[in-house]
Amino acid sequence: MTPPVSRGFRGRRTEESDSGRVPPGQYLTPDFPVLSAGPTPRTPLEAWSFELRGEVDETRSWTWDQFTTLPSERITVDIHCVTKWSKLDTAWRGVSLDTLLDGVGTSAQHVLAFCDGGYTTNLPFEDVRGGKAWIAYEFEDRPLDPEHGGPARLLVPRHYFWKSAKWVRGIELRQDDEPGFWENYGYHNYGDPWKEQRYAGD
Amino acid sequence: MVEAVTETARTTSLVLDAADWPGHLAGQHVDVRLTAADGYQAQRSYSIASAPEDEHLMITVQRLDDGEVSPYLTALRPGDEFELRGPIGGYFVWQEALGGPLLLVAGGAGVVPLRAMLRHHRSIASDVPMRLLYSARTRSDLIYREELTENETTITLTDEQPQGWTGRTGRIDSDFLAGTAWPPSERPLVYVCGPTGFVEAVADALVTLGHDSSRIRTERFGPT
Repeated sequence: MTPPVSRGFRGRRTEESDSGRVPPGQYLTPDFPVLSAGPTPRTPLEAWSFELRGEVDETRSWTWDQFTTLPSERITVDIHCVTKWSKLDTAWRGVSLDTLLDGVGTSAQHVLAFCDGGYTTNLPFEDVRGGKAWIAYEFEDRPLDPEHGGPARLLVPRHYFWKSAKWVRGIELRQDDEPGFWENYGYHNYGDPWKEQRYAGD
Repeated sequence: MVEAVTETARTTSLVLDAADWPGHLAGQHVDVRLTAADGYQAQRSYSIASAPEDEHLMITVQRLDDGEVSPYLTALRPGDEFELRGPIGGYFVWQEALGGPLLLVAGGAGVVPLRAMLRHHRSIASDVPMRLLYSARTRSDLIYREELTENETTITLTDEQPQGWTGRTGRIDSDFLAGTAWPPSERPLVYVCGPTGFVEAVADALVTLGHDSSRIRTERFGPT
């Protein structure tokens, strides 16, 4: 269906917004807006751990010191928030899920990321393998701010950014698909920005 | 659009006649989509300001001078149409079944979805104790001023102390909350909405005072 034209609306386009890097319905921002459902958790690093659990041969766990000595990558990606902003060329450092999953025996089809504060988000297992997902702890070469998800957040830039769960503490591997926090409140289960999968039914 | 109501120099409420509107919960938002003649589209989210029981759907738009969408919306005239999708969001909502005591904490234009909760609370004549703490820069920045009564609202101004002002001044910090909010032992259900810095400061102060994180719901509002 052709949408109705908003009389007199011209909009504001830029070279970048026409570059093919901005998904439909998104606009570019130089800022880094903050969105979260509750207070920012403040877990001290000495109490922090990251866990792989669920459908695995054995649960694996890393302390902060162990985690940050794992091989890491610097990743530059475009990010897209369901609230319509996009930000190009954001630089992160983190550990690839491929590294964490190396040698793990599992028949999982899905994952559920879990976080301080009780937040969760779900993804198909294949969407966190093959260079598509990281646990990031630096943003633009500095430790990740708590309000942006520090000490560490999931980074899955192919999906709307609510899937890049802040304050992540682990990944549960699962046979079945368990909808996460926003996925239970009417947001899309998969969240592909290029297909504009914002809400359930899109 | 049925009517535009000038709230302050920078904010305008749009009273809408939304076709096939399915109803909403207090605290939800809508997506507005504008389409240019060449097919270019822009979308933004706006909090719903009206209670579910109100006759018309209403959103309140803060005009950002360099904005792409808000200058267009705040210049609309009665009879103009635009595309609306919603309601959206299911967490930052208040229904009577969630109980209370209900503490609403607004910074600037963050008062919009909290106004929907306040009006809903009034419409259903709820017995749940409720209080709104509302921080604005100056008296002339206050939205919905004439609707807010002293027995349920505490207003504070951060950037001026006008002549004759008998209300509070200064930011909503830990001391302010300790003096105006229910103590943690009462387990108030808290909704905080405003710019990021405001929301972070208020939520942190509440947690430091001993409030349970899981009883604090936040939403950011503003130029992002």
